Amino acid sequence: MSAVGTIGRKILYLIPVLFAVTVLTFLLIKLLPGDPAVDILGPGATPAAVQEIHHQLGLDKPLPAQYVHWLGNAVHGNLGQSYQNNQSTVSALRQRLPVTIELIILSQLIAFAIAVPLALVAATKPNGLVDRLATTAAFGFLAIPDFILGVVLVFVFAVHWHVFPATGYTYLTANPVLNLKAMTLPAVTLAMASLAVYFRLLRTDLIATLQQDYIAMARSKGLSTRYIMVRHALRPSSFSLATVSGLQVGALIGGTFITESIFALPGVGSLAVQSIYSRDYLVVQGTVLVIAVGYVGINFVIDLLYTVLDPRIRRAGAIA
Amino acid sequence: MPAPSPDGLVSEAPAGRDGQTTGVLALGAIVVAGTRRRGLGIAFWLCVGWIGLVILLAVFAGALPLHSPDATGLGPPRVAPGGRFWLGTDDLGRDMLARLIYGARVSMIVGFSSIAIGLVVGGTLGLIAGYYKGRIGTVIMGVVDVFLAFPALVLALAIVTFLGQSLQNVVIAIGFLSIAPIARIIRSSTIAFSEREFVIAARALGARNFRIVTKEILPNVVPPTLAYALVYVAVAIVAEGGLSFLGLSVKPPTASWGGMINEGKTFLPQAPYISLLPAAVMFITVLAFNFAGDSLRTRLDPRGGAA
Repeated sequence: MSAVGTIGRKILYLIPVLFAVTVLTFLLIKLLPGDPAVDILGPGATPAAVQEIHHQLGLDKPLPAQYVHWLGNAVHGNLGQSYQNNQSTVSALRQRLPVTIELIILSQLIAFAIAVPLALVAATKPNGLVDRLATTAAFGFLAIPDFILGVVLVFVFAVHWHVFPATGYTYLTANPVLNLKAMTLPAVTLAMASLAVYFRLLRTDLIATLQQDYIAMARSKGLSTRYIMVRHALRPSSFSLATVSGLQVGALIGGTFITESIFALPGVGSLAVQSIYSRDYLVVQGTVLVIAVGYVGINFVIDLLYTVLDPRIRRAGAIA
Repeated sequence: MPAPSPDGLVSEAPAGRDGQTTGVLALGAIVVAGTRRRGLGIAFWLCVGWIGLVILLAVFAGALPLHSPDATGLGPPRVAPGGRFWLGTDDLGRDMLARLIYGARVSMIVGFSSIAIGLVVGGTLGLIAGYYKGRIGTVIMGVVDVFLAFPALVLALAIVTFLGQSLQNVVIAIGFLSIAPIARIIRSSTIAFSEREFVIAARALGARNFRIVTKEILPNVVPPTLAYALVYVAVAIVAEGGLSFLGLSVKPPTASWGGMINEGKTFLPQAPYISLLPAAVMFITVLAFNFAGDSLRTRLDPRGGAA
């Protein structure tokens, strides 16, 4: 199957997924016990005011029409507004998205910067001391939930040693140094789970690659181990790493909810959690929509990149 | 060079190593010892022992001579562990030991019941999708993919928020979320078995589809799935922990590990144990489930149990 055909098929597949995701997000607010209009207006609302809100939200129409109305608004950048402070959901998201994106990027930089070299060293000598220590540590890290790691890091680095602040956020544009300092602990918290996953995956793939004939060929030519690892083994071993780092985005988004709450970062995750606390359902719905669509989009792009990068998959048209 | 397990979890142990190694690298030795080719190793049984202990304490919490977990002012607030209160008291003067044990109840109920839901519903869907690879399978897997398209914690938060905070709803939310990934795994092992000779033989003998699925395929799919299920129980415990850490699982004052970690967070400078004790218990429990599940998986499938 040609590359164009594969990509076309993936786009066709994207449409029902996006449709289902938006329908589900739309239905979330329908599951709500009670009436959102009463939530917005408070218990003493007059029937006329409730009707007015129903009309505003399009709740007086049949369900499919409501969905179309809601989706149309969403596409035009209108996700409703907070009934707490009247800020529109879109402007709240625009303000908070950079914080979350910075957090995710920093965490992934940390994860790759440690996982890749560590996997290279570990795979050079499987079952050696480094390999066994790193494999065991990775297994342990996978069992540490992010909220536990965050609390432990706060205890060690903020309470005990006063190296990094536990809370207090400075915007990157205001003071980059303070920003990075405030971001260090959250980014490390978020990085650890990905780090362990990436390390284990790359190590296994590297060890498999090292069994190939062309590696034996390179060895027999007298190339140094380091050269072979970096130039011959790393690239063919990193395809599943690329896919998994895409799948990891979902776990990371969940992680930002918790991490941002622990460290009081003004990101999308803490926006969602706070709106849930204050029962600000339109903001919750809008945030979930943006997160879910973003997640589907990111995975789509990574899937596409993967198809383009690896000729074997392009030809086989596998991984649907 | 020994063959690594494909998922890179653990490496093969060198011959002759046993579980008795102690010392600084105790944990490393435990991991290595637990993955010997024959026998499950002492580490596996330590994990099983810990899980058994947690389950027993959770089940018989009511029969144990414990303080009430929710009674405030049993002692002064933030009494350090070691005295009359074995594990100290929290900020409201509640007994930490009682709260830890009752918290285990929440974690175990959520962990096992939600995965039971996932196994029954997801397992059935996976068997059907794997056996009938045609239109039915495509439709089922399409729906599964849609659910996998949602970030799990976000969906769990949304479900619990909209259904209301209660133990039952947390189980429903996490159980619902476990359906899609479990269906995927069961489908792939069903596909692997449905091409095997004994299935073809059964079909040649005139067995009906229902019989083939339940009598020939199911018994082969179950053992590796149960090993996975242990790891999934750990995932469910962590998910519940995350929800209760955010204050969105069972309602206070009901004790839950995540909730305790969150409540103790404020007192890290004065009384770190309020947060760190439940954190340690939860970590060990999750590690034990992961490790036990993983050892079983490696043992059941020497090639490492492809997902």
